[in-house]
Amino acid sequence: MDSDWLDIGTLNDIPKRGARVVKTARGDIAVFRTMDDRVFALDDKCPHKGGPLSQGIVQGDFVTCPLHNWMISLATGEAQGADQGCTRTIAVRLQEDRILLSWPGLAVKAA
Amino acid sequence: MAERLLIVGNGMAPGRMLENLLEKAPGRYDITIFNAEPRVNYDRIMLSPVLSGEKSYEQIVIHGDGWYINNGITLHKGTKVTGIDRAAKTITTDNGLTESYDKLVIATGSVPFIIPVPGHNLPGVLSYRDLDDVDAMILAAKARGSAVVIGGGLLGLEAAAGLSEQGMDVTVVHIMPTLMERQLDASAGYLLKKAIEERGIKVLTGANTKAIVGNGNGKVEGVELEDGTVIPASLVVMAVGIRPNAALGKLAGLTVNRGIVVDDQMRTSDPDIFALGECVEHRGATYGLVAPLYDMAGVLAKTLIDEPAAYNGSVTATKLKVTGISLFSAGDFAEAKDREEIVLRDAARGVYKRLVLKDNRIIGTVLYGEVEDGAWFFQLLRENADIAEMRETLIFGQGFAGGTPLDPMAAVAALPDEAEICGCNGVCKSKITGAITSKGLTSLEEVRAVTKASASCGSCTGLVEKLIGLTLGDGYAPKASKAACGCTDLGHDDIRRLIVAKELKSIPAVMQELEWKTSCGCSKCRPALNYYLLATWPGEYVDDNQSRFINERAHANIQKDGTYSVVPRMWGGVTSAKELRAIADVADKFNIPTVKVTGGQRIDLLGVKKEDLPGVWADLNAAGMVSGHAYAKGLRTVKTCVGTEWCRFGTQDSTGLGIKLEKFTWGSWTPHKVKLGVSGCPRNCAEATIKDIGIICVDSGYEFHIAGAAGLEVKQTILLCKVETEDDVLEYTGALMQLYREQAHYLDRIHKWLHRVGLDSVKQQIVEDAERRRALFARFAHAQVFAQVDPWAERVKGAFGHEFKPLADLRLAHAAE
Repeated sequence: MDSDWLDIGTLNDIPKRGARVVKTARGDIAVFRTMDDRVFALDDKCPHKGGPLSQGIVQGDFVTCPLHNWMISLATGEAQGADQGCTRTIAVRLQEDRILLSWPGLAVKAA
Repeated sequence: MAERLLIVGNGMAPGRMLENLLEKAPGRYDITIFNAEPRVNYDRIMLSPVLSGEKSYEQIVIHGDGWYINNGITLHKGTKVTGIDRAAKTITTDNGLTESYDKLVIATGSVPFIIPVPGHNLPGVLSYRDLDDVDAMILAAKARGSAVVIGGGLLGLEAAAGLSEQGMDVTVVHIMPTLMERQLDASAGYLLKKAIEERGIKVLTGANTKAIVGNGNGKVEGVELEDGTVIPASLVVMAVGIRPNAALGKLAGLTVNRGIVVDDQMRTSDPDIFALGECVEHRGATYGLVAPLYDMAGVLAKTLIDEPAAYNGSVTATKLKVTGISLFSAGDFAEAKDREEIVLRDAARGVYKRLVLKDNRIIGTVLYGEVEDGAWFFQLLRENADIAEMRETLIFGQGFAGGTPLDPMAAVAALPDEAEICGCNGVCKSKITGAITSKGLTSLEEVRAVTKASASCGSCTGLVEKLIGLTLGDGYAPKASKAACGCTDLGHDDIRRLIVAKELKSIPAVMQELEWKTSCGCSKCRPALNYYLLATWPGEYVDDNQSRFINERAHANIQKDGTYSVVPRMWGGVTSAKELRAIADVADKFNIPTVKVTGGQRIDLLGVKKEDLPGVWADLNAAGMVSGHAYAKGLRTVKTCVGTEWCRFGTQDSTGLGIKLEKFTWGSWTPHKVKLGVSGCPRNCAEATIKDIGIICVDSGYEFHIAGAAGLEVKQTILLCKVETEDDVLEYTGALMQLYREQAHYLDRIHKWLHRVGLDSVKQQIVEDAERRRALFARFAHAQVFAQVDPWAERVKGAFGHEFKPLADLRLAHAAE
């Protein structure tokens, strides 16, 4: 296995317009799949009150936090509209239908 | 020297004819007009607004004195023509004048039809025809008192509304079973009757006038009906119809049937005598509306200057000029074997639309409540257009035809240039837009002055304003429609109706067909669409889990720390030792930190980890418990008190009824949450009067309350009705929930929905119309067949497993780092 990229599952493990959680020692990561089969990964924590973004409704390249409806960009982790805040993004990519999560990306969290 | 043109009558038809004539050939004739009324030409269509006080006589004058002077026309006011000597080509008048003519035009209009019942000539009995009648009515109304209007047609209703505005207590007596039966079908007639009655006007249909009763002083005292009823009245208005005033023509020996007979050039049986307006009969038809008269005026003006022109008869459309009532009818709308119809009813909003089709062509239309598409339907009717292609959405009007999205301006923009905008004055779209552009018009008033569009009855004002907006662009924008969210221009009602009309059965289908502006919607519209589809196509639509809020996706309530709470159902708030034991065991087994009693008489297990949910549910299921849907836009709880089983005050078995209600309604999805309460007596221990549906048991039965709430807004319920049996309660509950499910906007609770549609409409459909109630109940019961599946049990068996398990667990990998 490529040491920088962790295979965390297949694309079909995540419903379209949905998310699944990856548990790590430093907290949960939300891995999203959009309608058009792109994948994104964010810390599973809304910059507002820490709501689990993995539980939100996915719309286009955004997710709506289930606690207070903040809208977060999947690509940048930035809150949209009048709300201000940013959630950490983690590099993730598809190889065939395998989802690969960046190992160093996860480690950044330690900083 | 100019030829002498004499005109008998100075109403709207000859007025319009003269305008056309003077425009085309200003110096051709030496013109003299004889008017039996002592006035200039005024807008007779606007008598009703004068009567109601919305306008004054000055405001409805079409041609002031100056117009006659400027155009060199001699006007004899208050002068009646009494005879025509066709051989000598002269006329004589009641004040002894004799005038010669080269061409004569008879435009004597019509006379009101007076039913020859006893007392019809008493003082205080009026017709409704000219300004004198209106003046007399306004005077009579000053004494307040009661008025009876005989005749429930266009004029009668306008008169009734006007007198009511003037402060009189008005009763309309109409011989036919429904109002305006010549223009409206029974359904629209019913809505109209309701609207008229809401104005405080009494309406008696199927009522035959026997006599008009006078008092000792010979004044009107009342109207006696065939059945002996006497309605007191100090004023009686007869508005039962008009007939052509053809007396002068008859006297002169012209061919006269019902009216003075004219050919397609408006010529009578004497080649130098013409006639137009309500006094004529053309191809066997007589007319009493302004649009055909104006058509005739155009033809006659051309005939008089030897231009070829032919009048081919008119298909007429009708509008009622009573503020706040919108109706439109045109063509033939009787039912027959070879005809089909498309009907749209929105009882809640009082909207009724009906198109009568024959061979895929519109032959008649009746619109009530929403008449904006009248012009378009009328256009299709007159063009005899084939509508097969757009048949499915035809009834939704031009905005929807062919699936184009609803833009308030689109319908107007899409009208062809020749589409008639103003029926009264026969003004088409291109004439208006052309005038705006060429003359630089910027206001409604200017457009009215130049084109006459919307200058008569004014009911096309909205259309004209939209045309101005379209032509001028910004600065004249109409109010935007209330769109459901940023993904669409459509409002909730439109979306719901189109889902039904176009048989859209999936979210992508809705987004495609209704031209969503985003690829996959947003967190506002998707849950709404998912609900609308689920409610519209029970058993057929496949629920889109990803379009549900997390609580409904996970079938538990998310908490601030990302854990969930679990509330099992306790039917009617009743539990047992066995259930409580199972709950206690679950709390121990899964280390659930908080166990709390809810406001809905059940038990909440708080702080459950998402991964543990299926395990918790499995144990609760094993003890016979199912989901309490404490997280759902759906039926939540039925709160009860103990009722006759224990309580010394109880009048009925409120607990038992609550359980029955909950067993019947659980699992149903609704626009927002629905909470029920059943109290065993008016002491109301179950707090039923702040529930969405609340039942208060009384000795004689059950009070059925609706539209309470105790949330952000506190609302006390409204008593909808009283019913006698438990079965009645179930039927009314099912019907009400179904009506709410079918009509409400997503996230509107029952009280909000009720506020929007009105109590009367709900009462009508649930209480008064038993057939409708039973149909609603049946639809609810049908939907429940598919809804009453315990979502917990399904998930315990493995459905949606991905929801409750992490995709991967890297904690060990990290540990190894």
